[in-house]
Amino acid sequence: MMALVFSLGVGLTAACGVYLLLRKRTYTIVLGLALLSYATNLFLFASGRLSVGNAPIYVEGVDSYADPIPQALVLTAIVIGLAMTAFVVVLAVVSNRELGSDHVDAGGEEHS
Amino acid sequence: MWLIAVIAIPLLLCWVPIWGSRIAGRNGSAWGAGIVTALSMLALSQTIDPVLEGGMATATIEWMPTLGMDLALRLDGLALLMCTLVLGIGALVVLYGRYYLDHFDRDDRFFAFLLLFMGAMLGVVTSENILGLVVFWELTSVSSFLLVAFKNDKAEARKGARRALGVTGLGGLCLLAGMLMLGDVVGSFALTDVLAAHERIIADARYPYLLGLILLGVFTKSAQFPFHFWLPGAMSAPTPASAYLHSATMVKAGVFLLVRLWPALSGTDLWFWVVTGVGLSTMVFSAFVALFQRDIKGLLAYSTISHLGLITALTGLNTTMAVVAAIFHIINHATFKASLFMAAGIIDHEAGSRDLEALGGLAKYMRSTAVLAAVAASAMAGIPLLNGFLSKEMFFKEAVEVGAVTGWVLPALATVGGIFSVAYSVRFVWGVFFGPETGKLEKTPHPPPTWMQFPVWLLVTLCVIVGVIPAVVIEPSLVGISHSVLGDATPHIEIHLWHGVNLPLVMSLIAVAVGVTLFLKYDAVAALRSRFPTLPRGVKLYNASLGVLYRLARGVTEVCYTDSLTRYTVLVLVSGLVLCLSPFVSGGMPTWSFEALTAEQLPVVAFVLLLALGAVATVKLRHRRLFALIVLGLSGLGTTLLFVELSAPDLALTQLSVELATTVLILLALFFLPEESEKEGSGARHGRDWMIAGAVGLGVAVLLFAVLDRPASSIADYYIAQSKPEGGGTNIVNVILVDFRGFDTMGEVTVLAIAAVAIAALLENVRMVRRKTTLGATQRAKQPYPFMLATMTRPLLPLLLLVAVFIMLRGHNLPGGGFIAGLVTSVALVLQFLASGLRWTFERLRIDYTVASALGLIIVVATGATAMLFGQPFLTTAFTHVHLGPIDFELASAMAFDLGVFITVVAVLLIITVRLGEVGEEEGGGES
Repeated sequence: MMALVFSLGVGLTAACGVYLLLRKRTYTIVLGLALLSYATNLFLFASGRLSVGNAPIYVEGVDSYADPIPQALVLTAIVIGLAMTAFVVVLAVVSNRELGSDHVDAGGEEHS
Repeated sequence: MWLIAVIAIPLLLCWVPIWGSRIAGRNGSAWGAGIVTALSMLALSQTIDPVLEGGMATATIEWMPTLGMDLALRLDGLALLMCTLVLGIGALVVLYGRYYLDHFDRDDRFFAFLLLFMGAMLGVVTSENILGLVVFWELTSVSSFLLVAFKNDKAEARKGARRALGVTGLGGLCLLAGMLMLGDVVGSFALTDVLAAHERIIADARYPYLLGLILLGVFTKSAQFPFHFWLPGAMSAPTPASAYLHSATMVKAGVFLLVRLWPALSGTDLWFWVVTGVGLSTMVFSAFVALFQRDIKGLLAYSTISHLGLITALTGLNTTMAVVAAIFHIINHATFKASLFMAAGIIDHEAGSRDLEALGGLAKYMRSTAVLAAVAASAMAGIPLLNGFLSKEMFFKEAVEVGAVTGWVLPALATVGGIFSVAYSVRFVWGVFFGPETGKLEKTPHPPPTWMQFPVWLLVTLCVIVGVIPAVVIEPSLVGISHSVLGDATPHIEIHLWHGVNLPLVMSLIAVAVGVTLFLKYDAVAALRSRFPTLPRGVKLYNASLGVLYRLARGVTEVCYTDSLTRYTVLVLVSGLVLCLSPFVSGGMPTWSFEALTAEQLPVVAFVLLLALGAVATVKLRHRRLFALIVLGLSGLGTTLLFVELSAPDLALTQLSVELATTVLILLALFFLPEESEKEGSGARHGRDWMIAGAVGLGVAVLLFAVLDRPASSIADYYIAQSKPEGGGTNIVNVILVDFRGFDTMGEVTVLAIAAVAIAALLENVRMVRRKTTLGATQRAKQPYPFMLATMTRPLLPLLLLVAVFIMLRGHNLPGGGFIAGLVTSVALVLQFLASGLRWTFERLRIDYTVASALGLIIVVATGATAMLFGQPFLTTAFTHVHLGPIDFELASAMAFDLGVFITVVAVLLIITVRLGEVGEEEGGGES
């Protein structure tokens, strides 16, 4: 049951992210990317299965651990996601300044 | 190794002419090319001993032996013949080109391209690896493109070069496919193995396909019908290049390959019908077309195609004697046609025209050129006592003997080809040198420089010597070369001038008699010909098919390449959806088994709800930008708490600090972005977007459930078991990051640094205009840096830094590490900038973050490289136990690595936020 709820929650978050990604304003796209990042990171993380109360740190004599590999992958993904968000934010700011609009299409308003 | 030097010298020293021209002008560039050619010849002379004794010289440099890809060369009789042609005629062309190009700019580049081509062509003829052969083959296409397009200010030259490259390049790709199939059938890419596998190849079911593909390569390269049309177009090349590429060498690559692979591929009916059929039709058709050319280079080009057709037809006859004749004609054609091209160039150079309607009576002005050209043209026409006669007689003889299969067709076609050949040869000589002067020439012709004519003289002399005493000068070499191709099957070769009166001789006589008659009645023939509709020209078909290709490309581009970002996003998402559908369809659906919820799982459900709630609220509130950011934080918090609950403390720490940094960044950005979102598009668009979003969301949910649904099998056990003994730490995640998968982490911090560089570049010289605010000036905060915040954050800084150090140090054994400590530190520093302003903080914290980010990367790489000093692989770690009174920890070299990560993260985040802040500050005007 927990798996189902988790899947649906991540799916919903991804859907919201994609919807925002398809808007025409830079800011909503930044928000959409952030939501999509959460969903993607949780998705990757869940490939190591959802383990509640397992040991993340090596201790002598314990044999049930949370899978550390997806954790390591997701950790760097989160940090790189930050760099990506920063880049997109700066791109949005600069394009707004250069073009006088925060519309994402080259044609601007008339194409929307 | 001498053999490799033969090819490497012209390829690697192709810059020498350019260098030479800097030192000594035109003479320097020609001398440069000449010396490089001579060096290559010298290398060749060092390696020919075994070949002269009937064996072969080989050289191999292993490259990817498991794939059968090596630079393998072999020099046997046939290869030596081709090398001699390439280098010998190459040297003559360089001498000739020195005078021909005296009014061209950048002749040094011409010679450089010529050397490049020379090296590539030498590679084709000496390759032992058939894939290597294809590589050199394509290199000749590319370098010949450069030569044909040499006069690149002329549209005609550019078009001709593109067409030549298009046709031969496409043929080269077919050849590659054919060679791959051939190698697969034989089980080896070595030519020696291929030649030994004749029975296996022709018995294989793939034989027709591989033969077809290889022949496509051959026919395009050797300008066989219907691919012949690129060669007349390539006549826009400077004449030395035409003499070299389009008579003696490159176009011979195709027929060379026919001869080379003859023992492996020939002997079947398919081979006979296709190769002989294409060769004969090319020979007759092109000889016919050549007769009606006005441009003397055009005439020679079609004549070349015709003679290549003759050679092709010979190899198709499936008799060993025909192969001998083919080899013989390769030699003869190279000598007389190269000299004729050079003569055409002399005429163009000294009389200023190549038009047969304008030329005439030039014998009066350039007597020696007239004699030489007349002799060479007679060789081309197949007049006795010249080399062309001998090989043509051999062709007629083979045509008659094999003719048993085809009745009279083969000998008849051969004779018709001969007739036209005689006719256009006479027309060429008569029209240029003897006919009446037309007075249309723009300048008075004068004799060429002695040395410009020397190569023609030398080649024509060879034609005569071979023609008069073949048994002495050519027979022994021909026996040796044929033996290198045919081995024990080599027939008994005797070349006689006089065979008595037999059928071939009669055919020759008919050809000469009718040919001369055709020329005498030229006007009537031309008039008759103009009454018949001409065939659709190859160029037109080529252009039409290119047009179709271009339109297709434009159509695809118009669909995919638009000015709408949303369209790209939709394309990517929909393609992703379609691709992800296939595993579901092929039985990857989850089993839909549910376990009941336990009490300890309840928080997970709650945090998932928090995540989803934040996401939905963000969508709802997206027009109220600040609120949207705040509810986005709910999702971030949900994610963080999920990590906490699902046994991932490292991730929770990272996510939390990233949340802080992201929020600060977006807040900064909001300062520059419009305050309100404007109206969005139509309802239909929303419907479409929700459909796509819904499909993606559903796909993610089902896929994720399918993953969670099946039993876990992970390679994690190894890492868990080895973390302590090999990595010296108990925090497995951190040990993976800095040790087991250190190389990945190195890449990731590099990506971070690249992002920072990109952002700094974007913000370079940007002066922001603050958004139009609806708030009045009075509503803005009067005090930019609130007293309370500034006072509170200052004592907080050392505390936060202490926390960071703590997180950093314990990271190897307990949750923490470089990434997280870096994030905490940068948040602490950014807080100071926010609270007290850039100037205040900069005065107290003089750090060049750009330098710091580089330093961090250097530490990361240096730590990895240190291991190499100790003879270990890159990024191997070492660790030791340290006991300092009450403190007892393990000091691993991975700590230094982690320190580099830490510094990079801090520097990158500060570059980003501070640069964005600076831009605002400049614009803010003295608000410091």
